[in-house]
Amino acid sequence: MPDAVLTLDKIHVRFPVKRDWRGQARAWAHALNGVDLSVARGETLGVVGESGCGKTTLAQVLMGLQPPTQGQLRWHTDRGRPNVQIVFQDPQSSLDPRLPVWKIITEPSYVKGEARESAMRARAARLAEQVGLSPDYLNRYPHEFSGGQRQRIAIARALASDPDVIVLDEPTSALDISVQAQIINLLFELQRKHQLTYILISHNVSVIRHMSNRIAVMYLGQIVELGDTAQVLARQRHPYTRLLLDAVPVLGAPLPERAVQVIPELPGNRVLPTGCFFLDRCVFRTQGCERRQQLKPVSTDTPAHRVRCHRYDHDEPDGK
Amino acid sequence: MTPNSQSNTARHVAAPAAQQDTIPPVLDIADLHIEFPIYRGAVRALNGVTIRVQQGEIVGVVGESGSGKSVTAMMSMRLIPQHSYVVRKGSIHKSGKNILAASEKQMRQIRGSDMAMIFQEPMTALNPTMRVGRQITDVVSTHTALSPKQARERAISLLREMHIADPEQVFDAYPFELSGGMRQRIMIALAFSCEPSLLIADEPTTALDVTVQKQVLMLLRERAKKTGTAILLITHDMAVVSQFCERIYVMYAGSVVEQGAAADVINRPAHPYTRGLLGALPENARPGAPLLAISGQVPNLADLPAGCAFRNRCRLQGDACSRVPPLLPLTSAADAPGHAAACWMTVREQHDA
Repeated sequence: MPDAVLTLDKIHVRFPVKRDWRGQARAWAHALNGVDLSVARGETLGVVGESGCGKTTLAQVLMGLQPPTQGQLRWHTDRGRPNVQIVFQDPQSSLDPRLPVWKIITEPSYVKGEARESAMRARAARLAEQVGLSPDYLNRYPHEFSGGQRQRIAIARALASDPDVIVLDEPTSALDISVQAQIINLLFELQRKHQLTYILISHNVSVIRHMSNRIAVMYLGQIVELGDTAQVLARQRHPYTRLLLDAVPVLGAPLPERAVQVIPELPGNRVLPTGCFFLDRCVFRTQGCERRQQLKPVSTDTPAHRVRCHRYDHDEPDGK
Repeated sequence: MTPNSQSNTARHVAAPAAQQDTIPPVLDIADLHIEFPIYRGAVRALNGVTIRVQQGEIVGVVGESGSGKSVTAMMSMRLIPQHSYVVRKGSIHKSGKNILAASEKQMRQIRGSDMAMIFQEPMTALNPTMRVGRQITDVVSTHTALSPKQARERAISLLREMHIADPEQVFDAYPFELSGGMRQRIMIALAFSCEPSLLIADEPTTALDVTVQKQVLMLLRERAKKTGTAILLITHDMAVVSQFCERIYVMYAGSVVEQGAAADVINRPAHPYTRGLLGALPENARPGAPLLAISGQVPNLADLPAGCAFRNRCRLQGDACSRVPPLLPLTSAADAPGHAAACWMTVREQHDA
């Protein structure tokens, strides 16, 4: 990818869940199973999937909080070491309750060695203004703010050290609809102004649709479909993407009247399936599904739209 | 017809009148005002809420945090400790029974058998130290005269109706062994165990994934249709409410600001707040375009402004807004019966048109 800021190469992460008497791992939870991804400078990449699909582990790998068990994470930045910041889901628990707002906002630059209080206060005031907080509030503490304002503080903190990438981990799902709209607008405006790169992790498809240029659909620690957001959402190929999009509640469209089907449970990640990971829940299963699937371009016309399903090896098998 | 000629009508605009006089509504909350006393003041959580649920009806209450939707649900079950709140005005009747005047003993009989509740977080609603089956049979044997063996059979058949693949095995499982969707289905089985006439579901699917959410909602509806149970669904999700409910109440700062058939409210919202909420949804906007956020914040319930509570955030405000607007029927009410909004400005605009 031209101008990639970050490339993930076959990232695997597994956690020990059971140890024997010598303390050696006997069973593993496989959180990420080979994630290949590259992120371009200035884009918004949406990562969507159900709980347990590895979205949060991916965020931790990106932040450097979780070293990958296998695979490589490569940053293409001029400064040598990457600068990546995160905005968490819950602004209540991600801000230190005992620090005044100006200290919270400037903590990333404080950690990097800037220490003069007057300079940091000035910086905090500038950042606060950018995210729409009144500079008068800088001496207050997080509990004095509403949820939306706290999320603004978290965004200001993420901006403080001029990061290469900002990971947004469910940035609006703890907020009310009207506040969510304010925060989304703010994120857009900041991106335009500072050419920020966002990795937006969310289970909310409409937020992803609205905000991201590209979308990665994750299932059981793998990316099953990747491509331009509009393209993927208009012509989704992977059966899981279809299942997911079908389930998204649509305003004003009544629920189907047909009888409830048996609900397949998500497969566990302790023992990985030998074939396609989605096999148990797939309605299109045919021959070839018993093999592991590769993430391949859907067709030669759209090389950026890639899907992990062998039925597209020969281009549009079901004529859709 | 001007709004003033209407202002002496009750705040509640009648839902389809035909069913009304024959049987009392399953749930009838009338002009309820609730306050929580705090130091030197009170949090006015509900300011005249009128909600009526008819037999077998699926009704939704939407609102953001602090709108009073959960207090309404909890009050209908009387789950709030009695010394912590003050009823300023209004009443709650469950199938004609006065809930606010009932004794605790009577309430214990009503809860679980005649009206049941599903909570947002199934893990905290289920007892983690008890097997799932025991939790269902406990409810069944408290409210019915079934023998332990019959109660067990009843519980297993309830689980089977929830499309749980292996009900005998799940009967003996502990809640932590089950997935979130499975736990919520157990909660639904539990809620339907005594065939209540009313089920209050407080954000039943918020903690679930979308794929599971859809299945759980369909299950809920299927069971309710089968047993003739009415559902009061409390949620913040406009899309869910529009898909699932027949009628909607939109709440803001402790009052109902708009009500009507789901399709009418979603397609032709009349109150500026409802319009704002729908406009703020990313699915209603072109990708990348700025969303129409509602400016400002929800007012502090301990210090509500005089007049319309939405006034400070509203684009339409005028002189009339200094008085609290009642729920006024819209002129288009001929084709949309029961559609009403508590707004001086939009109702007038409708009348002029």
